[in-house]
Amino acid sequence: MIVLENINKTFRVAKRQAGFGRAVKALFSREYELVHALSDVNFKIHDGEMVGYIGPNGAGKSTTIKIMCGILTPDSGSCEVDGRVPWKERVAHVREIGVVFGQRSQLWWDVPVIDSFELIRDIYKVDQKRYKNNLDELTELLDLGEIVKTPARSLSLGQRMRCEIAASLLHSPRTLFLDEPTIGLDAVSKIAVRQFIRKQNAEHGTTVILTTHDMQDIEALTERILLIGKGQILLDGSLDELKRRGGEQKIEEIVAALYKEYQI
Amino acid sequence: MKEYFALFRIRFINGLQYRAAALAGLATQFAWGFMEILAFGAFYRANPAAFPMEFSHFVSYIWIQQAFLHLFGPYGGNPDAVESIVSGNIAYDLARPMSIYNRWFAENIAGRIARTALRCLPVLVVAFLLPAPFKMTLPPSLFQLAMSAISIPLGLLVVVSYCQLDNISTFYTMSRQNAIFVVAADFFAGGYIPLPFFPEPLRKIVELTPFAAMQNMPLRIYSGDIAGMDAVKAVALQVFWCATMLLAGKLLMRHSLKRVVAQGG
Repeated sequence: MIVLENINKTFRVAKRQAGFGRAVKALFSREYELVHALSDVNFKIHDGEMVGYIGPNGAGKSTTIKIMCGILTPDSGSCEVDGRVPWKERVAHVREIGVVFGQRSQLWWDVPVIDSFELIRDIYKVDQKRYKNNLDELTELLDLGEIVKTPARSLSLGQRMRCEIAASLLHSPRTLFLDEPTIGLDAVSKIAVRQFIRKQNAEHGTTVILTTHDMQDIEALTERILLIGKGQILLDGSLDELKRRGGEQKIEEIVAALYKEYQI
Repeated sequence: MKEYFALFRIRFINGLQYRAAALAGLATQFAWGFMEILAFGAFYRANPAAFPMEFSHFVSYIWIQQAFLHLFGPYGGNPDAVESIVSGNIAYDLARPMSIYNRWFAENIAGRIARTALRCLPVLVVAFLLPAPFKMTLPPSLFQLAMSAISIPLGLLVVVSYCQLDNISTFYTMSRQNAIFVVAADFFAGGYIPLPFFPEPLRKIVELTPFAAMQNMPLRIYSGDIAGMDAVKAVALQVFWCATMLLAGKLLMRHSLKRVVAQGG
């Protein structure tokens, strides 16, 4: 169970116009702008739900995910995941969650992927039997057989992403945060990853929170949609309802229409 | 603890694989060692009375320094730690159920021990086999040997806890450049010129700083330059600086994690 109440987060960002003169001026006085990444965000997610968290670039999706993962500390508001405040009890909290940041890598660059997996096994203290079961299952479903013997640096983006997703699931997390997990995947891999996430949810009751710009991910995986824009939750509803409202339109068009409607 | 050992292991194995770097390093260490001994030997011959250390102490100092360069050097600590803060990959590090401080500590020590393991033996063997004025000697007494056996690991802990402050400063500066931390520390630790050669008022001050607790103390205790009660005092100062910087590092880390940002979204 995840509960967010009145979460606010601002970042201070240095800004200046382009050009030499402005750059010199910035040497002496720098202008900062406060960016309200999240204002008054509230929602609840129950165990076993699969939620699509959507919104345009810079809306605050990743910031929310990072707060729920215990990485960022919000300015105000409360957040509890399974009864824990993520940033206060970070170590105990992250043991129970899995995270994929699609644009980053968690694999050790110079060693074969399997070495990274074993290190992750030791970090999460996964017992050997469960590790082997999970690894076998992941290897089969994500087709990792040969890939895991290769150093991460020699893999293609899609191959690496499959390994990244596997790495996040080795410790059987109760909650899975996926921040754009299908970047760079080919059609076959995308389908495999989606099937795999659905299977995790069906068999283990894993809660899944997914951000993506790929509406097919949303359609294939989630029943519930959270729409965020300019740091505010604008819509919290079921995907089916959204589809009914859109009539004949494709999900992509429905979402684009929503962005327009809320002027985000 | 198991997770830290696992990290230590992978870092250690990683550190062992750079054979060419180790060979090149060895060549540098021999060249540097001989150069220092020859240069300071010229000063010694010019005026032995003005030389602030016994020459044999000085020679042993230089050879252990070269053998353990990577154990005590304030450089090359955790390039990955700094990189992960600057690139924003710290997000993944924070998503692991372990203390970031302890993790960096384990990784830093592992890297140092791996690099030293590859380099120290050839330097020590050759230094012991050299003819008289260049020859490294054993400590003058069992007491000095025992004290240096305590002082060497303490020196390592002081260096690593200092590097931790350097790493943590990256959260505030967001820069990979940390030359001031490294060069200042190396100079005041006696990395270029042993501290006894520093001019008088400066030497007394520097000898109380954490820098003096790094390589200066174990090297001079081993050679016998710091002897008897002075050696005990030196070890006490090492314990003090180690504890102080560990505590400061832990507190600073807590502060910086509250305001951490993952750069690059």
